[in-house]
Amino acid sequence: MPSLLELVSITKRFPGVVALQDVSLSVRPAEVVALIGENGAGKSTLMKILGGVYQADEGTLRVDGRDVRIRSVADAIALGIAFIHQELNVLDNLEVGANVFLGREPTRAGPLRLIDRGRIDRESAKCLARLGLEVSPRTPLRDLSLAQRQMVEIAKALSQQARVLIMDEPTSCLTLTETERLLATVKELRAQGVSVIYISHRLGEIEQIADRVVALRDGRNAGELARAEIGHRNMVRLMVGRELKDLYVEGRGKRGETCLEVRELVTAAYPDRAVSFTLAHGEVLGLAGLVGAGRSEVAQTIFGVDPMLGGQVLAQGKPLRIACARDALSAGICLIPEDRRRTGLVTAMSIRENLSLPALRPCGAGWPRLSWCGLVRFGEERAHAERQVRDFGVKTPGIETRAMNLSGGNQQKVVLGKWLALQPKVVIFDEPTRGIDIGAKADIYRLIRELADRGVAILLISSEMEEVMGVSDRIAVMHEGRIAGFLNRGEYTEERIMNLAVGRHEVTA
Amino acid sequence: MRKELGIFVLLLALCVVVAILNPKFVSAANLQNTSRLIGLYGIFSIGLGLVIITGGIDLSVGSLFALQGVLLSMMLQEWGWPPLVAVPAVILGSMALGAFHGVLVARVRMQPFVVTLCGLLFYRGLAQFISKEAAKGFGSEGYETLRFLANGNLAGIPMPLVLLAIVGALAFVLLHCSVYGRYLLAVGRNEDAARYSGIDTKMVIGSAYVISMALAGVAGILIAFYTNSISPATHGSFYELYGIAAAVLGGCSLVGGEGSIVGIVIGTALLQVLQNLVNLLGIPSSLNFAVMGAVILLGVLADRLLAARRERRRAVVVEGASKETGTVP
Repeated sequence: MPSLLELVSITKRFPGVVALQDVSLSVRPAEVVALIGENGAGKSTLMKILGGVYQADEGTLRVDGRDVRIRSVADAIALGIAFIHQELNVLDNLEVGANVFLGREPTRAGPLRLIDRGRIDRESAKCLARLGLEVSPRTPLRDLSLAQRQMVEIAKALSQQARVLIMDEPTSCLTLTETERLLATVKELRAQGVSVIYISHRLGEIEQIADRVVALRDGRNAGELARAEIGHRNMVRLMVGRELKDLYVEGRGKRGETCLEVRELVTAAYPDRAVSFTLAHGEVLGLAGLVGAGRSEVAQTIFGVDPMLGGQVLAQGKPLRIACARDALSAGICLIPEDRRRTGLVTAMSIRENLSLPALRPCGAGWPRLSWCGLVRFGEERAHAERQVRDFGVKTPGIETRAMNLSGGNQQKVVLGKWLALQPKVVIFDEPTRGIDIGAKADIYRLIRELADRGVAILLISSEMEEVMGVSDRIAVMHEGRIAGFLNRGEYTEERIMNLAVGRHEVTA
Repeated sequence: MRKELGIFVLLLALCVVVAILNPKFVSAANLQNTSRLIGLYGIFSIGLGLVIITGGIDLSVGSLFALQGVLLSMMLQEWGWPPLVAVPAVILGSMALGAFHGVLVARVRMQPFVVTLCGLLFYRGLAQFISKEAAKGFGSEGYETLRFLANGNLAGIPMPLVLLAIVGALAFVLLHCSVYGRYLLAVGRNEDAARYSGIDTKMVIGSAYVISMALAGVAGILIAFYTNSISPATHGSFYELYGIAAAVLGGCSLVGGEGSIVGIVIGTALLQVLQNLVNLLGIPSSLNFAVMGAVILLGVLADRLLAARRERRRAVVVEGASKETGTVP
């Protein structure tokens, strides 16, 4: 079958680096091509060239066998290429239909050129129906879930007669059921003749839907896998260039004394439910469950940034009074939050300032002394930053670089360096590997295990089943604001966790 | 640093142009007078700058000056309070109002614009009511120290400028060298991340309003003695806008998280030189505001254009350096 879209020998240079070197990619009609590679491999750059954001320095783009130039996003859309961004480009103050036709509103005849709302409704309803999204075009977007908003964005692309959809990490914020739904939609679109370029770090999804896998490594083509060859192992080999044997490090299986006890904790998300569990020194307790089960809220409440409506948190048998993050920090509890850019880092500040932010006012033994009488000790602060950057392997030109200019993996390393300098006794990780490539993931799993071996108690919230099973010593599964059951290592299977997560039946441990 | 340098060059250029067009600009009397005003305005502009750095704003300063002036005059002249009681009372009173604004903004989560807009109206009205619309003053006798602080000179340097130097130095240490200053910048940039880092963000934001009002209290007393006549309906009106303009010219962003003390002081100086320019170059004084508005707009516009150019250049370099384009710089 002839290619619908071809990128041939694309080279793109940025000052000082070659981002893409002689990269080729072709997409046939009605084909799902998964594009994989570690962060920095050049996936996004390639897609931005296709989407008209960048121009290639060398190489050819062909659509339907004809050479084309894509100089702007508008050019890309005219050629039927639509980009569904990771951060959705929809406006939640407008209605669904208005979003679908944003920027190209059909108008009625007449001098005033009023918006033809009837046509918007009719045509967007058609696109929504193609996606199986049963909402009225008049629904305000803010009433929709994240997954539905994503569908609206896809509907927008369809209404522009898109033939190739580029989806960048489309499932990173979706729940499991929503993910299934999206994957079904992708298959449905393929059946309707639409091609999809699917970028994801989640190899399981790729196994499910991709017809072909194209891997990039260090800005070059690293190989392709045909449908029959697509498997976890092969994909990792192509991305990393070697086999990653031990992504997960097995724990020693020794459980120390109880370090933290959470008793009948009530969070604002589920005011009528309570959560209880204990966490031992050196233990990794995985907290599994669907998005919205209230896991992050439990973490945030223990850490003092969400209000505690009831219950107690006890350390060494003594109740702690936690009203703000500072109280938690004094008790040796740290939270590596879910959203790096919103709560993990002040992205506009430098790496140095981010690393020292919680440590400037010491309130625990072993904290670095970065201030004196309320004044910052700049020398110490710089030394501290240099040390953390080195220890955590942050790749950066220097400590004065703003955090916003780092890649996701490096940002996460800064977040880790920021908290782990405080010698915590309990570390709560909330989705620590979201949007991070597989190499950096392995680093984080190793770090979690090292911490546990030093006696730190760890609570790991993760929506990635494989991760939670690979890293945890014990798993608590949450369902709608309460813990549906505990599973010990050896007891858990994907199915048992899933059953608990959807509230099908309970197991007690 | 770059921003301060830019506006400093602008200030120098403006001074040179005015000096060439009218040599009176560099006469001792004029320099003294202008720098006295820089001192008076600079003190409260620094406070406003701190509030702006947290992402807030304070519109009530000008009206507060009227209320303070009226009350101070009444305390001293009519109620016979000694200055050592009246002055702290005025400053503490201002700080109490600042605390009130701070609580409404940080704890009740009202918008600072709205809170202080109401202050602007309320304090002005209160000043007019208390004074029964009569102009107040301090006569021509007594209060030597206060008069000296507002109108005197130390080795030829106007006292308000000396005070500004002291306040500025303290504020510099506070904003740029202290933990509190780092917290102010962090809270202005990203309140959530600051809270997750164990910072008591409500306290930090609220206290910025208290500090600002404390400085406004000091400046208000000096201004009252400088004018020595407080007409409750007009005294201090628009002063908050001078302060905000100085902060913005000096590199503070109204979104918060950005700004420097040096910049605010240079911004204040620039505004006063502009005022002076209008007088000295024989521009009709009715055009005063128009000239200032135009220059501020041009200054901020130029800064914006330069910043956009820098960002574009940096974006390309960063894209290249990290190759990862998933993170938007």
